[in-house]
Amino acid sequence: MFKSAGVKTLFMTPFCLWAGIFIFVPLLCMIWYGLTNDDEIFTPANLTLAFEPPYFKALLLSIGLALVSTIICLLLAYPLCLILTDKARDLSTAVSLLFILPLWMNSLLLTMAWQTILEKNGIINQVLRYFNLPDVALINTPTAIIIGMVYNFLPYMVLPLYVSLSKIDKRIIEAARDLGASYMQTFWKVILPLSLPGAAGGMTMVFIPALTTFVISALLGGGKLLLIGNVIEQEFIAGYNWHWGAGLSMVLMIFILINMAVTIFFDNSHEEVEEK
Amino acid sequence: MKREIIRLENVAKAFGKLTVLDEIDLTIYENEFITLLGPSGCGKTTMLRIIGGFEQPDSGRVIFDGKDITNLPPNKRPVNTVFQKYSLFSHMNVEENIAFGLKISGMDEGFIRSKINYALKLVNLEGYEKNDVTKLSGGQQQRIAIARAIVNEPKVLLLDEPLSALDLKLRRNMRSELVRINRETGITFVFVTHDQEEALSMSDRIVIMNQGYIQQIGTPEQVYNEPENAFVADFIGDSNIIDGIMVRDKLVRIFGREHACEDTGFPPECPVDVQIRPEDIILGEPTEDSFNGVVKKVVFWGMSYDIIVEADGFDWLVQSTHGREVGEKVSVTFDPYNIQIMSKPQSEDEEAVRDV
Amino acid sequence: MIVRLKFVYLAAIFLFLYAPIGVLMAQSFNESRYRGHWTGFTFKWYDSLFENEQIFDALQNTVSIGIFSAGIATIIALITCVALREFGKKPRAIFMGVANIPILNADIVTGISLMLLFMGMGLKLGYGTILLAHIVFNVPYVMLCIMPQFMSLDKSFYEAALDLGASPFQAFVKVILPELRPGIFAGFLLAFTMSADDFIITHFTKGAGVDTLPTEIYAELKLGIHPEMYALSTLVFFFVVIFVILFTMARKRLADKEVF
Repeated sequence: MFKSAGVKTLFMTPFCLWAGIFIFVPLLCMIWYGLTNDDEIFTPANLTLAFEPPYFKALLLSIGLALVSTIICLLLAYPLCLILTDKARDLSTAVSLLFILPLWMNSLLLTMAWQTILEKNGIINQVLRYFNLPDVALINTPTAIIIGMVYNFLPYMVLPLYVSLSKIDKRIIEAARDLGASYMQTFWKVILPLSLPGAAGGMTMVFIPALTTFVISALLGGGKLLLIGNVIEQEFIAGYNWHWGAGLSMVLMIFILINMAVTIFFDNSHEEVEEK
Repeated sequence: MKREIIRLENVAKAFGKLTVLDEIDLTIYENEFITLLGPSGCGKTTMLRIIGGFEQPDSGRVIFDGKDITNLPPNKRPVNTVFQKYSLFSHMNVEENIAFGLKISGMDEGFIRSKINYALKLVNLEGYEKNDVTKLSGGQQQRIAIARAIVNEPKVLLLDEPLSALDLKLRRNMRSELVRINRETGITFVFVTHDQEEALSMSDRIVIMNQGYIQQIGTPEQVYNEPENAFVADFIGDSNIIDGIMVRDKLVRIFGREHACEDTGFPPECPVDVQIRPEDIILGEPTEDSFNGVVKKVVFWGMSYDIIVEADGFDWLVQSTHGREVGEKVSVTFDPYNIQIMSKPQSEDEEAVRDV
Repeated sequence: MIVRLKFVYLAAIFLFLYAPIGVLMAQSFNESRYRGHWTGFTFKWYDSLFENEQIFDALQNTVSIGIFSAGIATIIALITCVALREFGKKPRAIFMGVANIPILNADIVTGISLMLLFMGMGLKLGYGTILLAHIVFNVPYVMLCIMPQFMSLDKSFYEAALDLGASPFQAFVKVILPELRPGIFAGFLLAFTMSADDFIITHFTKGAGVDTLPTEIYAELKLGIHPEMYALSTLVFFFVVIFVILFTMARKRLADKEVF
């Protein structure tokens, strides 16, 4: 639009400053802290810390819970998105709005409301007692944390999945049906492969916050179940050891980088298809 | 005598390694309706954008009314453009769109009002002042785009394939509309299209372009009846183009048979392209001294038939109001004055015109 | 059968989504200040909400940080998008990839690394560092909203404005900006929402004594939430519902007009 290259450079300056100072330098700061000890001597100790018993247990628990939550989100989101894309336009707007509204509520308060629902004398157990059924112990268990994760991160799965499903040309589905595929066959052979980029995007969007959360486990795990996020938060906020915290964060970064690579891979393969 | 308004001198333009315009010279006269015609990628749009100021030529000059405007930005040029997609500003209504240029140049309220009325009347959209432009039909948007350009009283109006987004019926109506507006306002129209029918039916002069070169400039009749080379003959209407050899003046040899023609001035035994229009071919009974062949294919088009006749290993395209049967034996004949002799491309650059 | 199954499924999902909201609202009308014990209906928390200075301060911080960070991020994103449009496909993809790092990265990592940066620069953690951090993660969200719209905006809009005599600056202000209005608006709104709801990054970049609503809530969690917070959330919820309904109706009216 603007012919001169000077204008282009000038306009890119704020962005480059922003990216340099607030993205790369902070990460370098973290890496520096992660690779040194109090005497500013380079050491891998902060990284290998992740494999020592209490930390390793937290890391494994985090990975496990994050994986389970991601899969549950995926399984919940697929039918929901299929229904949403299938509905008549007016209705689907209303349903989408109903879905988006809770996002404007403070997620801390909502997670805390789950405490009220799940706790020993909480709503679920009161309902069970009303029907003379035995109590269930939910609060402070991994199940409670998973419920909290699914509740908080389901939208991250639904949005990309919905976008990629709604991009599928209805005529392709009709063509598959016309060629003799049953509804299930159409889903497995046409809809699922075409929506894979959205599903992959959604999975990375859920997995990372679930892996790194410390709020949900603090609220619904009752401080007994430590996730890697809780450990890192304590190292910094309670002021134990920043080097350890940074080292553990770097271990988390490895998972994040793998995730980014997956996202980029699916993004690219998606674009190539579009170009053809 | 026609007065010159725009002159392109040696204008060349390349995008990277791709030469889009190769030393173009062109003179455009006041009040005329001139069309730049050619296949996509021939450089016609780039030429229009150079006149409009949206592209800078790599070399050469653009002269407007005797003044060099090569380096003038678009907002300072006394020309206006009607864009292919109209590019109406969707956040403004019809009136605000039309007034945009006048407001920028600081005209007073009353003058702008009278100009809007005049322009809407000119394009037959009186009473549409307050309408939302995004809710107009394609044809109406087109007219608003023209009105928006014309109120600025440009000396020259550039039109970049303005009809290509309209459906067939509307396109036909708009053709005569555009010619009328050209006559009524006296503004020079430079019209870009790839549609030969549009070019033939609207223009005073047609500039036929291919691969960055001007192939021929002439009136619609000239380019149709007397194409200067095989590209023009092939591009404008349907043609049979045959390799031939000029025996002497007024005699050409095709498929080993000598045939009378009306062209002169070629050296003896000079290879030439011979063009015969399909509607000029007469099919008859096979005879001793005619091109005899067999009907290979017949397609009915409504007002005529396209008949492919294979004779001497060449597929002749014939247009006739009478159908034929496939397999029928026929002769292909034509009158000497319906043969157009064209010289073969001499250089590699000229050869380019054949790779279409 | 299938229709009913779909309905049941949607109902179950919405029960899941709205159950905590229902609990929150119920608590805002609960006599008892302890959650889970219903002792009677009251409006008193709504009354005392307007006298609670702590909540009021946090609210003020949240709103002002939201507006400033979204506004500044929108300006940076807009300028960047103008320049990015001029780049080729490859470099543009690289720049967009860099821009997306704060979105793809875990909040805890972004928060910690920014905290380390601010401490390293010798900044005192407080309102200013929260604002800076929020600008950092808001820029990519706004870019995500503006860029697609900018890319689909035909170059000829700008050229048409120049052609009609506008200078490049006039063309940008009078034509390009208004055409991008929906994207800019959406980007600003998204950025504001992200800022107002962010807890983790704020948690690491705030100093003692400065709180936004989310960090205030987090601080109260251990001692028990002031029920005024429930009242505030309920008010915000209804405010958002009304806003969304009005907005959707306005858009629908526009869309309906387009049909004719």
